[in-house]
Amino acid sequence: MSFEPSESVTDAREGLLTSQLLGSAAALLRFCLVTAGTFLGLLAITFFIGRVVPIDPVLAVVGDRASNEVYEAARQAMGLDRPLVIQFFSYVGDVFTGNLGMSISTGRPVAEDLGRFFPATLEMATIGILIGVLLGVPMGVLAATRQGTWIDQLIRVLGLLGYSVPAFWLGLVGLAVFYAGLGWVAGPGRIDIFYDGIVDPVTGLYLIDSVVAGEWDIFWNALDHLMLPASILGFFSLAYIARMTRSFMLDQLGHEYVTTARVKGVPERRVIWRHAFYPIRIQLITVIGLSYAALLEGSVMIETVFSWPGIGNYLTSALLNADMNAVLGATLVIGAVFILINKISDVLYRILDPRARK
Amino acid sequence: MIDWLLDDSPASRLQANLGRAWRVFAALLRNLLAVVGGYIILVLIVMAIFAPLIAPYSPIGQDLANRLMPPSAAHWMGTDELGRDIYSRVVYGARITLMIVTMVAVIAAPIGLIVGAVSGYFGGWTDRVLMGVTDIFLSMPKLILALAFVAALGPGIENAIIAIAITAWPAYARIARAETITFRDAEFIAAVRLQGASSARVILRHVLPLCASSTIIRVTLDMAGIILTAAGLGFLGLGAQPPLPEWGAMISRGRNFILDQWWVATMPGFAIILVSLGFCFLGDGLRDVLDPKQGDKQ
Amino acid sequence: MSAPLLEVDGLTVTFPTARGPVDVVKGISFTLGRERLGIVGESGSGKSMTGRSILRLIRKPGKVTARRMTFDGMDLLGRSERQMRDLRGARISMVMQDPKFSLNPVMTVGEQIAEALVTHKKLPRRELKERVLAMLEAVRINDPARVAGLYPHEVSGGMGQRIMIAMMLIPEPDLLIADEPTSALDVSVQAQVLDIIDDLVTGKGMGLILISHDLNLVSRYCDRILVMNSGEIVEQCKASDLHNAQHPYTRGLIAAMPRMNEDRDELPVLDRSTWTTGAGT
Repeated sequence: MSFEPSESVTDAREGLLTSQLLGSAAALLRFCLVTAGTFLGLLAITFFIGRVVPIDPVLAVVGDRASNEVYEAARQAMGLDRPLVIQFFSYVGDVFTGNLGMSISTGRPVAEDLGRFFPATLEMATIGILIGVLLGVPMGVLAATRQGTWIDQLIRVLGLLGYSVPAFWLGLVGLAVFYAGLGWVAGPGRIDIFYDGIVDPVTGLYLIDSVVAGEWDIFWNALDHLMLPASILGFFSLAYIARMTRSFMLDQLGHEYVTTARVKGVPERRVIWRHAFYPIRIQLITVIGLSYAALLEGSVMIETVFSWPGIGNYLTSALLNADMNAVLGATLVIGAVFILINKISDVLYRILDPRARK
Repeated sequence: MIDWLLDDSPASRLQANLGRAWRVFAALLRNLLAVVGGYIILVLIVMAIFAPLIAPYSPIGQDLANRLMPPSAAHWMGTDELGRDIYSRVVYGARITLMIVTMVAVIAAPIGLIVGAVSGYFGGWTDRVLMGVTDIFLSMPKLILALAFVAALGPGIENAIIAIAITAWPAYARIARAETITFRDAEFIAAVRLQGASSARVILRHVLPLCASSTIIRVTLDMAGIILTAAGLGFLGLGAQPPLPEWGAMISRGRNFILDQWWVATMPGFAIILVSLGFCFLGDGLRDVLDPKQGDKQ
Repeated sequence: MSAPLLEVDGLTVTFPTARGPVDVVKGISFTLGRERLGIVGESGSGKSMTGRSILRLIRKPGKVTARRMTFDGMDLLGRSERQMRDLRGARISMVMQDPKFSLNPVMTVGEQIAEALVTHKKLPRRELKERVLAMLEAVRINDPARVAGLYPHEVSGGMGQRIMIAMMLIPEPDLLIADEPTSALDVSVQAQVLDIIDDLVTGKGMGLILISHDLNLVSRYCDRILVMNSGEIVEQCKASDLHNAQHPYTRGLIAAMPRMNEDRDELPVLDRSTWTTGAGT
């Protein structure tokens, strides 16, 4: 048991670094394999839903008003006479080449539709997560530092509500109150009709595109339309993030090194943020990632209520039109993004935590 | 009677089990929120069972002369676009909600339990394969998956139940597996095996009962999510079909009148929120009582 | 001897429990000059609570009351939290038990020690660094520059505790409270750490409160000893007078310590009935 760090600490640390890199490479490989496996599983499930579940998968794709010729052509095209396994492989191949079939309601390739509608969902979910983080984290910290007070109870109730309130209902109520009642925000849709199509879709994100084009009127209008749906998503996000932050902070505040900081006379604000909060910021990244993924899922309902031209709305319209290709295509894309965000959040945590890098 | 239940040396298995149930119940009663939650669930069950006695009007009887009336003494929650009393529809809707959550729990929980217990007990390749499948399902967005399944199966309340159950079982499998692993190498399991018990018997009579409490907690906490998913499906027209008074479908019908006749869409929503909160409170309380190490900080 | 550094009169610490409020410290009184005072007791005797009450670290739902509690003439009870913060670290410090838990795992050693200084005094960077390194040397850490860049999980237990001592003594307080400073350390390292505390404290003329469950340790390093049991002080004496202790609890503790040339077959077990009064045990 020596007192001083040995001279070979540097050597040891260098050796450790190399083995860490190798370990990281192996871990990266493992990550890719696991994620690929999960994607394959997702494909299997969508394939299963599309081909195996419906009694007549061809009907599911062409709709029951299709003529005989269309039916037969589709049947041939879908290769339903081949063994199931072969069908699956050709399905996977199709997906990887971007062929998700044709949508019977829009008449365009599903992949093209999804590309057009994705930015709208992305824009809304991103503003939503920003609200969730900027409000949720401080609320969680506040609840933890004032544990037992009415503030704590209020924030806990908010957390529970985020879990018990139907998103579509909140959307409707929000529209009634903030749009029709108070007139604080614009109504359904992404932008007012007379602004539609003026700005070049560079990114597909109206906020960015309008600023790039210098059209500030359009920017504010787009923001006006974004505010309510994004806020509702933001509400659910902040409820979850606040709950998790509170839980982490309560753990932290019980740690001895927080007391040490107080013993040193460190101001309370610094004790809370630099000593208690700082170590959990990495876990919070995972939480935020999970919330972001959940928002993508939640946007399905919100988009339907707000007639927002995003993937969620596309999915629900396709459902109502029994447009199976579109349904499965949208499910695939949303599912894939969901899985990706979850897995990345997982991995990010392990990479960033200094204690895990021993 | 209470002394018999709390007896430290129960004479029979029945007495021990009842005694344990009583202790849990008594502990729950000390938690205000759990009591509130339990009360809400009780009201839900009572409403569902005694709907014909509680609801003042028929849930499907139309009265076009009285359509879209605001809440009043005659119609506590107002009337919808076909003149039907919303309160009565909400009460009858409790039956649908109760049926959906019960059926989903009855289908998904046992499947999840068995998959998890088998996976945890046998380990090895069984474990890897089963958990691989479970993880795939767990990684996916539940609502989207349920939507896709219902799309393929067709709208209807039975299909909605199946679709939700398919997305719900993986969580229980994970929990059951984690629990099983903690005691699969314990001596009492080895003892039963040495007595010649088959694996099936060990799992059924020893492993599963031990996983029961954590599964019950998880099922209760999940109920809110299941109710919301079911309501979402109903909102999209994929669940119970009209004229059934399913709460989500009612909100969807009320959507067109949200601006002026807000009660048509909002009342069923309050019912959903209340019942979900009830399950959350109860689940939290159960968790604190049955598994204090996972309990939220009080 | 100048005016006492610390005066405690009737200190009581109360916690609410399921069975009603419980006093973990029951109205104790003592004074401390610029000397080394040891507080000995078993777990639950209230010794740690006493230490933490002096620094007003006990938060709700615990309650601290006293007839008087003054430090260097200043009233400790009535001070606001902000005023207490000015005292903590700068004039009164505390070394805690286990550096594995009491050091911040995501701040480097150097940063943590520097923080103790910077909280009370704004110093230019270079001088700050010099003082941190000087302090690390004072606690006998070789190669202080390298150690300052390490994280707490990268150092041994003994070193961690010395870092803690450095951190708590760098602002040059007048009173150091050491709460079981060696209980988490290997026996071989314990003496070294205590020697360091001893040197630094006597070298700067500080007051020391050494809290421990180890009677031997306390009698070696302290001038006076307080023995606590169940929240009360049962004995106050000079360390050199320990063998003349009166209270049956203290006598029992002394008798239960094995000696080098032990000739007894069995060590006597404490008979608690000789002193428990039955009043709120």
